[in-house]
Amino acid sequence: MESLVSGVQGFMYPNEVKLQWSLLIVLYPYITGLVAGAFILASLARVFDVAVVRPIYRLSLVTALAFLLVAPLPLQLHLGHPERSLEMYLTPHRTSAMAMFGFVYLWYLTVVLLLEIWLDYRKDIVLASRSHTGPLKWIYTALTLGSQDISPRALHVDERVGFAVTLIGIPSAFLLHGYVGFIFGSVKANPWWSTPLMPVVFLLSAMVSGIAAVLLVYQASSLLRRRPIDMNCLDAVARYLFYVFIVDFSMEMLDLIHRTYEAGQSFHTLDFMVHTRLFVSQIVLQIFGGTLLPLSILALTLAFSLSPAVRRRLYAVAGVTTLIGIFAMRWNVVIGGQLFSKSYLGYTTYKVAFAEREGLTMAIVLMILPVFILWALVRLLPPWDESRAVENL
Amino acid sequence: MRQRFEGSAHLIRLAVVAAAFVLLFLLIRRAVVPAGFGQYGHFRPAALKEIAAREPVFAGREACAGCHDEIVQAKDKGPHAHVGCEACHGALAVHANDPSALKPTLPVPLHLCPTCHEADAAKPKSFPQVASLTHSGGASCVECHNAHQPKL
Ligand code: HEC
Ligand code: HEC
Ligand code: HEC
Ligand code: HEC
Repeated sequence: MESLVSGVQGFMYPNEVKLQWSLLIVLYPYITGLVAGAFILASLARVFDVAVVRPIYRLSLVTALAFLLVAPLPLQLHLGHPERSLEMYLTPHRTSAMAMFGFVYLWYLTVVLLLEIWLDYRKDIVLASRSHTGPLKWIYTALTLGSQDISPRALHVDERVGFAVTLIGIPSAFLLHGYVGFIFGSVKANPWWSTPLMPVVFLLSAMVSGIAAVLLVYQASSLLRRRPIDMNCLDAVARYLFYVFIVDFSMEMLDLIHRTYEAGQSFHTLDFMVHTRLFVSQIVLQIFGGTLLPLSILALTLAFSLSPAVRRRLYAVAGVTTLIGIFAMRWNVVIGGQLFSKSYLGYTTYKVAFAEREGLTMAIVLMILPVFILWALVRLLPPWDESRAVENL
Repeated sequence: MRQRFEGSAHLIRLAVVAAAFVLLFLLIRRAVVPAGFGQYGHFRPAALKEIAAREPVFAGREACAGCHDEIVQAKDKGPHAHVGCEACHGALAVHANDPSALKPTLPVPLHLCPTCHEADAAKPKSFPQVASLTHSGGASCVECHNAHQPKL
C-alpha cells in the first residue's frame, strides 16, 4: 500500500496514481509519425516533381513501409490479446475514434503505401523475376501477380495511376497522423491534451521526424554501401526539414503562448508540471536540445557556405537531435497528460519498467525492429537510383 | 474499348486479388461474427442469457447469520456494521451452501485492512484512516483490533 502511494504529491484520485498509458503508447505516435513524415516527403517530391530529391523517393517509401509494419506492435503489446485486434474489423465500432483507426491504418497500408510501392517497383519486380532463380524467383513472380507486361504503354499506365495514388496518399498520410493527434486532442477531460491544435501539431511534428529519419537513413545507407552522397539532394532534404520544423515550432509555441495567456483553470497545474516533472523532457530535451539546437544548426548550414563534409556531419547531428526532440514531445504529451490529477491538486510519477512487456527493453526492440525490416525490404526492393531498371528494356 | 484497357492487365489482376481478399474477409466475418451481434448494443445478445445462467458466487449478507451468529452480532455493534462479511472474506457462496465443501482461508489483516484504511488525501476526511507503517509498526492489525469489532 505504501509503495503504491509513494511518488504521489498532493491530492490524487486513487485511479490516477498508476499511469495506464506506458512508454509503448509514447512509441506508437512516434512510429506512425515517422511513417507519415517519410511518406509525405516522398509524395511531395513526386507530386511537385522535384528532381533533386529523386534519389530518396523510393528510400522514403520503403522506410515508411518498414515503420508502418511495426506501428501496431506497441499497441498490441500494451493491450495484450493480439488476436482480438481483428474484431476491430469484424465488428466495427463506428462511434469510437480509436476503433475506427484500424480502418485508417488499413487504408493507408494497403491502398496507399503498398499500392504506390508496387506500381513504382513493378518494372524492377518483373525484371527480377526473370533474372533470379530459386525461392527469390518465386517471391518476385508472386509479386508480379502473373503479369509480365512492362511495355511502355503499361509503364505509362503505372505512372498515371501511381500519380493518382500519391495524390490520394498525401491527405491519407495527413489523416493517419492527424488522427493520432485527434484522439488525444478530443479527450475533453484532459486539459493537457484537449486542444484542436493537437492534430496540427502532431502532423507537423510527424513531418519533421519523418524527414529527419530519411535524412539519416539516406546518409547511413550511403555510408554502408560506400556510395557518394548526392549533396544536392541532401541539402534539399535538410532545407525541407528546416522549413517544416519552423512551422511546427511556431504551432507548438502558439499553443504554449495561448495556454499561458489564457491561463485557464488548469494552468497553474500544467505550469507547475512543466517546471518540475517535465522540466528535463520538455524544456531541456524537447525545446532546447531537440528544437532550437537542430534549428540553429540547420540555419548555420543555410547562412554559411560550409564544405560538404562539414554539412553532412551537421545534418547528421541535426537529424539525431530532431528525432530525440520529437520523441521527447511524444513523451511529454502521452506521459505528461497522465502525471497530474484531474482535481488539479496533485501529481504522480511514472517509472519506466525494464524487462517487462511494456518496459524499456521492449521499447528498444521495437525501435530496432524497423531497421531490420528496412534492411530486408531494401534487399528485396533496392531503392537506389543505380539499381533502377534501365529504361530501354 | 479493348484499346483503352491495353497495358492495364496487371491492374485488373490486382483488382481481382483485392476483390479476393475482400471476399475472404466477408466469408471470415460471416463465419465468426456471432449471430445477432449488435441487436442490443455492441455485444452478442446470447451473452445476456449466459451471464444470467451463471451461479452467483456471493452468498449475500444474510446467508452467514444462520451459522456464524456470534460474529454477525459482534459486527453489527461495531463500526464495521455496514461492511459485508464477503467484502473481507471474499465470495463464499460455495461455503455457505455446504461448509464442508470449502473451508475459507482467513484474510491476512496487514494486507486486508490497509486496502480500505490506508491514509490517502483523496479519501473523505471523515473516513478513519491510518498510515499503516507508522500506526502498527509492522504488527498485525488484529493484535490490537478485533476484525469484526475493531473499535477500541
Ligand atoms: C451452513 C452453515 C454455514 C454458513 C451459512 C456459513 N458458514 Fe462459515 N463456517 C461454517 C462451518 C461449519 C465452519 C467450520 C469449517 C471447518 O472448520 O472446516 C465455517 C468456517 C468459516 C470460516 C473459517 C473459520 C476458520 O477458523 O478458518 C470463515 C471465514 C467463514 N466460515 C465465513 C463464513 C461467511 C463469510 C459466511 C457467509 C457468506 C459463512 N461462513 C456462512 C458454517 C457456515
Ligand atoms: C473488516 C473485515 C471483516 C469483516 C467485515 C468480516 N470479517 Fe471475519 N475475519 C476477518 C479477519 C481479518 C479475520 C482473521 C482474524 C485473525 O486472523 O485473527 C476474520 C476471521 C473470521 C472467522 C474465523 C475466526 C473467528 O473469529 O471465528 C470467521 C468465522 C469469520 N471471520 C466470519 C465472518 C462473518 C460471518 C462475517 C460477517 C458477519 C465476517 N467474518 C466479517 C475480517 C472480517
Ligand atoms: C471493505 C473496507 C474495510 C476493510 C477491509 C476494513 N475496514 Fe475498518 N472500517 C470500514 C468502514 C466502512 C468503517 C466505518 C467508517 C465510518 O464509520 O465512517 C470502518 C471502521 C473501522 C474502525 C473504526 C474507526 C473509528 O474510530 O470509528 C476501525 C478501528 C477499523 N475499521 C479497523 C479495521 C481493521 C483492523 C481492519 C482489518 C481487519 C479493517 N478495519 C478492515 C471499512 C473497512
Ligand atoms: C499496537 C496496537 C495497534 C495495532 C497493531 C493497530 N492499531 Fe489501529 N489503533 C490502535 C489504537 C490504540 C487506536 C485508537 C487510538 C487512536 O484513535 O489513535 C487505533 C485506531 C485505529 C483506527 C481509527 C483511526 C481514526 O482516525 O479514527 C483505524 C482505522 C485503525 N486503527 C486501523 C488499523 C490498521 C489498518 C491496523 C493494521 C495495519 C492497525 N490499526 C493496527 C492500536 C493499534
